[in-house]
Amino acid sequence: MVDGWLLVDLFVTFARLALIAIGGMNSVLPEVYREVVDVHGWMSAADLADLIALTQASPGPNGQFVSLVGLRLAGIPGFFVAGFAVALPPAILAFIMSRAHRRLATLRWVRAVQNGLVPIIIGLILASGLVSAQAADDTWVKIGLTILVSLVVWRTTWNPLWLLALGAVLGAARL
Amino acid sequence: MPDAAEPGREARVVPTRLGLFLTFLQIGVCGFGGVGPWARRIIVEDRRWLDDRGYAEILTICQVIPGPNVGNVSVVIGDRFHGLVGSVLALVGLMTGPMAILLGLGLLYTWLGEIPAIDGAIGGVAAAAAGLFVGTALRMAERLKLSLAALAILAGTFVAVGLLRWPLMTVLLTLAPLGVVLAWRSRW
Repeated sequence: MVDGWLLVDLFVTFARLALIAIGGMNSVLPEVYREVVDVHGWMSAADLADLIALTQASPGPNGQFVSLVGLRLAGIPGFFVAGFAVALPPAILAFIMSRAHRRLATLRWVRAVQNGLVPIIIGLILASGLVSAQAADDTWVKIGLTILVSLVVWRTTWNPLWLLALGAVLGAARL
Repeated sequence: MPDAAEPGREARVVPTRLGLFLTFLQIGVCGFGGVGPWARRIIVEDRRWLDDRGYAEILTICQVIPGPNVGNVSVVIGDRFHGLVGSVLALVGLMTGPMAILLGLGLLYTWLGEIPAIDGAIGGVAAAAAGLFVGTALRMAERLKLSLAALAILAGTFVAVGLLRWPLMTVLLTLAPLGVVLAWRSRW
């Protein structure tokens, strides 16, 4: 039996997160950890890191890992409630913006908002990396892997899927 | 559509409702690790619904709105061609494939996640994924050649959210207006 209030709580928590997710859900991972692990105590940081990793290895818009949080907590209803919670509020905003101005992008203030948010988004993605590493890296090999992947993504154009596969092999070998 | 009729622009194709749904269905399942680049390629180059400038304008608006950028792009493009119905069709098309795959993966993980080798493998992917974020941030920071003020805001965001773990809302309400005002004045 699924707890109705848990579904409401899931919806409200993730809808609120989606509405402040500038640059997408991947840039607000520290806030996701804060809400899911610290505020609600729904799961451990390491478990959340595993769910996020699962979605990194699958197609589609990133940020859908919250559906997996819903699945873990409240089964299939939880999966859909959490998924809609992150998709719907931004979609409604996008629709309003679409109707408000067809030529918004040429307005100076839109460019100022966009440019002004860029350094914040980069800072948030960096913070997401740190918080994810703290949750996932429980061995020296994994710390080394995080650093290696950081350098490769920064400095080369290699496909990162190979590095995720390397991570899977190292992890399966319990290194 | 006003864009297609404007002189000086290449003739563009107006999608049917079914075409809108099917194309976003395709975009949804083909992008591993983010669908952004795929969306542009399919919409601009393969389907010719928009030219590069039209797509860039829509993307710019969508980057100011929170949430997954491609989700927002699907809503705006859907609206442009077929109104509210178009928005719903495009967004549902985009989400269907990934949600189905994710539900399958999630259920498999629920059943098989206790197996030590699988649990370990996912943990290893998580360690690599953390590096993806760090590397992406460094790459963006380097490529954009940010001003000193912008770098200070970047560092402030990182310290407040990553190290001090302050609530995101507090940080955004403080730093976002500052960043926008600086961008307005200096056009960094």
